[in-house]
Amino acid sequence: MKKLAVIVSTICMLAAPLLGVAANPEQDLKDFRSYFTKRFPGTPLQDFANGVYAVDKASRAQWEAFEEFPPYEIYVEKGEKLFNTPFKNGKTYASCFPKAKQGMKQNYPYYSKKRKEVVTLEMAINECRKKNGEKPLKWKKGKIAHLMAYFAYQSRGKKGNVKIVNTPDSIAWYERGKKHFYAKRGQLNMSCADCHYYNAGNKIRANILSPALGHTTHFPVFRNKWASKSSKGDGMGTLHRRYGGCNKQVRAKPFKAQSKEYRALEYFHTYMSNGIKLNGPGIRG
Amino acid sequence: MRYTAKVISTATSIAALLGSLALSIPAISVAEEASVIDQGKAIAFNKKKGNCLACHQIAGGKLPGNIGPPLVGMKARFPDLNKLKAQITDARKNNPNTIMPPFGPHAILSKDEINKVAEFIYSL
Ligand code: HEC
Ligand code: HEC
Repeated sequence: MKKLAVIVSTICMLAAPLLGVAANPEQDLKDFRSYFTKRFPGTPLQDFANGVYAVDKASRAQWEAFEEFPPYEIYVEKGEKLFNTPFKNGKTYASCFPKAKQGMKQNYPYYSKKRKEVVTLEMAINECRKKNGEKPLKWKKGKIAHLMAYFAYQSRGKKGNVKIVNTPDSIAWYERGKKHFYAKRGQLNMSCADCHYYNAGNKIRANILSPALGHTTHFPVFRNKWASKSSKGDGMGTLHRRYGGCNKQVRAKPFKAQSKEYRALEYFHTYMSNGIKLNGPGIRG
Repeated sequence: MRYTAKVISTATSIAALLGSLALSIPAISVAEEASVIDQGKAIAFNKKKGNCLACHQIAGGKLPGNIGPPLVGMKARFPDLNKLKAQITDARKNNPNTIMPPFGPHAILSKDEINKVAEFIYSL
C-alpha cells in the first residue's frame, strides 16, 4: 500500500511539470475569450463575429448600410453554381461534400489523424477536384473564394466547432500556429498579437484594429481594396490571402497560401473563435 | 564738415554692415537648425521611413494612431537628448515586448536619420 502511494505520488510529481508546460488549448481558449470580453465589456461574445465593427461604433452604421446590398451575394451565387456544375466525369462537388447544404465550414480546419496534418476547406476543395480529374484552383481568390463564399453562406448561424485532437502531432500543429500568432516578425518586428490582441480597438494611423476573437468567422471576405485591384471588381479573398497581406504590412516575407505555416496558424486562430456563430462571407474596407 | 559727414556715413555703413552681420550670423544657424528639424519631420512623417504617426499623435501630423503616447513636451520628458535617441533607436531596451519597431537594429532608419528625427521630436 505504502509502496503504491509512493509510486503514485512519484508519477504525479513527474507528471505535474509535464502538465505545466503541456499545451492546454481549452485553457488558452478560455483566457483568449475572457481577455477580449473584459477589454470590450460592451460587446457581447457573438458580436465579435463582426470584426472591427464590433468595437468601432462610428464606422458600423456605414458597414450595416453596405450589408443592405451586399457585394458578396453574386459570389455566393457563383460559388453555388460551381458547386452544382458537374466535372467532366459527370460528378459534382457534392460527391466529396455530401453535407455542404447543411453547412460544414464550422468544422474546418480539422486535424486528420490518418494524414497527420491539418486540412483546410480550400485544400479539401482542390483534393476533390484532383480526385475527379480536374486541375486545382489557385488558392487566394477567384473560383476558390467563390466556392468558399458558398460554403460559408451555408454555415451561417452555425457555431465554430474546430477540434484540437489530443495527439502529440496535432498539438504540435496547434502550438506552431499559436507561436506564429505571438511571434514578432518582419523588419518592423510585430506579431499578429501586437496588433489584434494587445492593441485591438486602438488606432494604427486611421485604422482601428480588429480583435482576433471572431476574426475567422466571416471568411472569405469581400474587400473594397481587393475589388479595386481586380479588373472584374472581384473583391473576394480567402483567409490566407489576408494572412499574407498582414505579414507584408510588417515587411515580413509572406508564407504561401496553404503552406504548413498558415494552416497551423488557421488551426489555432479558428479554434480561438470556437463557439461564435459563423457569418461569412463578410464585407470589409 | 565734409570730413565728418564722411566719417558719419562710413560709421553708419559699418554699423549697417555689422548690423546685418550680427543679424545674419544667427539667421543662418537658425535656418540650418530649422532645416535639420524639417528633415527630421519629413522622415518621421514619411510612411516608408519613420511612420511615427501610425502610433503617435504629433503636432502637424494628420490622422495619427493612438497605440503609443502623444509626443508632446519631449524636452521635459527626455531632458537628455541621447536618451531620446536611444528610445527611437531601440525601444526594446525599455520595454522588451514593445510594438514600437527597433528602428536602429533593424535598419529601418540610418543613424543620421534617427538623429534628425530625434532633433525634431526634441523640438516638440
Ligand atoms: C501592423 C499591424 C498589423 C499586424 C502586425 C497584423 N495585422 Fe491583421 N490587420 C491589420 C489591419 C490594420 C487590418 C484591417 C483592419 C482590421 O480589420 O483590423 C487587419 C485585418 C486583419 C484581418 C481581417 C479582419 C476582418 O474582420 O476581416 C485578419 C484575419 C488579420 N488581420 C489577421 C492577422 C494575422 C493572423 C496577423 C499575423 C500574421 C496579423 N493580422 C498581423 C493590422 C495588422
Ligand atoms: C507600431 C507602433 C509605434 C511606432 C510606429 C512608433 N512608436 Fe514610439 N512608441 C510606441 C509605444 C507603444 C510606446 C510606449 C512605450 C512602449 O511600449 O515601448 C512608444 C514610445 C515612444 C517614445 C517614448 C515616449 C514617452 O513619453 O516615454 C518616443 C519618444 C517614441 N515612441 C518615438 C517614436 C518615433 C520618433 C517614432 C518614429 C520614428 C515612433 N515612436 C514610432 C509605439 C510606436
